[in-house]
Amino acid sequence: MSTILPVIQPGAQACTDIDFDEKLAAYGMELRASRVDTLQINVGKLCNQVCKHCHVDAGPSRPEIMTRETVEQVLDAIRNFRISTVDITGGAPELNPSFRYLASQSRSLGCQVIVRHNLTVMFQPGQDDLPQFFRNHTIEVVSSLPYFLEQQTDAQRGRGVFEKSIAALRRLNAVGYGVENSELILNLVYNPVGAFLPPPQQSIEADFKRELMNRYGISFNRLFTITNMPIRRFLDYLRRSGNEERYMRKLIEAFNPGTLDGLMCRNLVSVDWTGKLYDCDFNQMLDLPVAPELPQTIAEFSPEKFAGRRITTGSHCFGCTAGVGSSCGGAVATE
Amino acid sequence: MAYYEEDDLQRFAEIGKHRPDLFEKFMAWYQACQEEGALSRREKALIGLAVAHALQCPYCIDAFSQSCLEAGSNMDQMTEAIHMSSAIRGGAALIHGLQSHNSVNKVSM
Repeated sequence: MSTILPVIQPGAQACTDIDFDEKLAAYGMELRASRVDTLQINVGKLCNQVCKHCHVDAGPSRPEIMTRETVEQVLDAIRNFRISTVDITGGAPELNPSFRYLASQSRSLGCQVIVRHNLTVMFQPGQDDLPQFFRNHTIEVVSSLPYFLEQQTDAQRGRGVFEKSIAALRRLNAVGYGVENSELILNLVYNPVGAFLPPPQQSIEADFKRELMNRYGISFNRLFTITNMPIRRFLDYLRRSGNEERYMRKLIEAFNPGTLDGLMCRNLVSVDWTGKLYDCDFNQMLDLPVAPELPQTIAEFSPEKFAGRRITTGSHCFGCTAGVGSSCGGAVATE
Repeated sequence: MAYYEEDDLQRFAEIGKHRPDLFEKFMAWYQACQEEGALSRREKALIGLAVAHALQCPYCIDAFSQSCLEAGSNMDQMTEAIHMSSAIRGGAALIHGLQSHNSVNKVSM
């Protein structure tokens, strides 16, 4: 567990080139999947925003986008193997022309569908009815809002993003998302605006609920705290700002073996825009595919082969195991 | 050689090379103080930041600035804590003006 007073760490001087698997081995552990209940589909890197911490390096000029043919392969896998949860991400996944087809078909197949929705995309041409689309298909919405103040949010996600995000949240509330006694779930994501670890999820969630309601009349269900991963754009920031070694040391020192059971890679498989398979979205962006003995594409996927598999790891895995841990669903261990 | 080196933050435990028994006692006390109790983790970090400024310790200022962020404080809250610390320091200096007044009064007609 990390200390709140990092000046004094007995036996500190942590080396920043520690191998993640060796660290686990020191605890007599290894990282293996349990069973696959979630397919996380990255439908492309196209995005209307250019966030400074984005591990995907997504933006308006990225051409990578999942084709309808690959979407059909994903749907075949969902249908054939009764996948319970489909988690759709990007980029801004809504900018993929097949997004609504994938989401609605997945719902028709009985899946819980989660969309990683950046809020501002609903103000892009042709996206105005997104709140109604989400509502009509009872899609769970997870949206990044790094802070309840404009300065921090715009510093991470771009100028003007906070104002649009607040307008978007009001629209989601208006159709029934994140409001009391509604089945429409609206969860928010907190990412640190810089090279530090997230605060305890419960306490920052209480702050967000109080401040967003008092300042803007906005409500939501839960706040997930997610650690910034030293990958792509955030890694570039760490290097440019001279924070890489210090941040990696912080992650390694905060390693918590109690997070292992709750890591998202243990029960999901990540699919990229071409249909290739990975253990998580972070491995996808690092081009670290699933273990070579496994099927490599969604067309060959079967959950039996992936249950109990060895997870491909790297130093970035320390990001998910630091402190109370981090996953697409927020913290994975208790304080 | 500079008197303060950023990397020395990570070398604190080297103090324990001599009289490790004393360092261990200090560490036990120090760690116990930071446990969440009647005060929250965030409150303790803000107290640490305020005291760090009163002491003007660059190691502590660096460390508690990080701690405050990781406990969920924002810059407005942290700056208020720094002003509290500075205001008390200023007030503590100013109240001593009475010592000066007293001294002057004693020798004045």
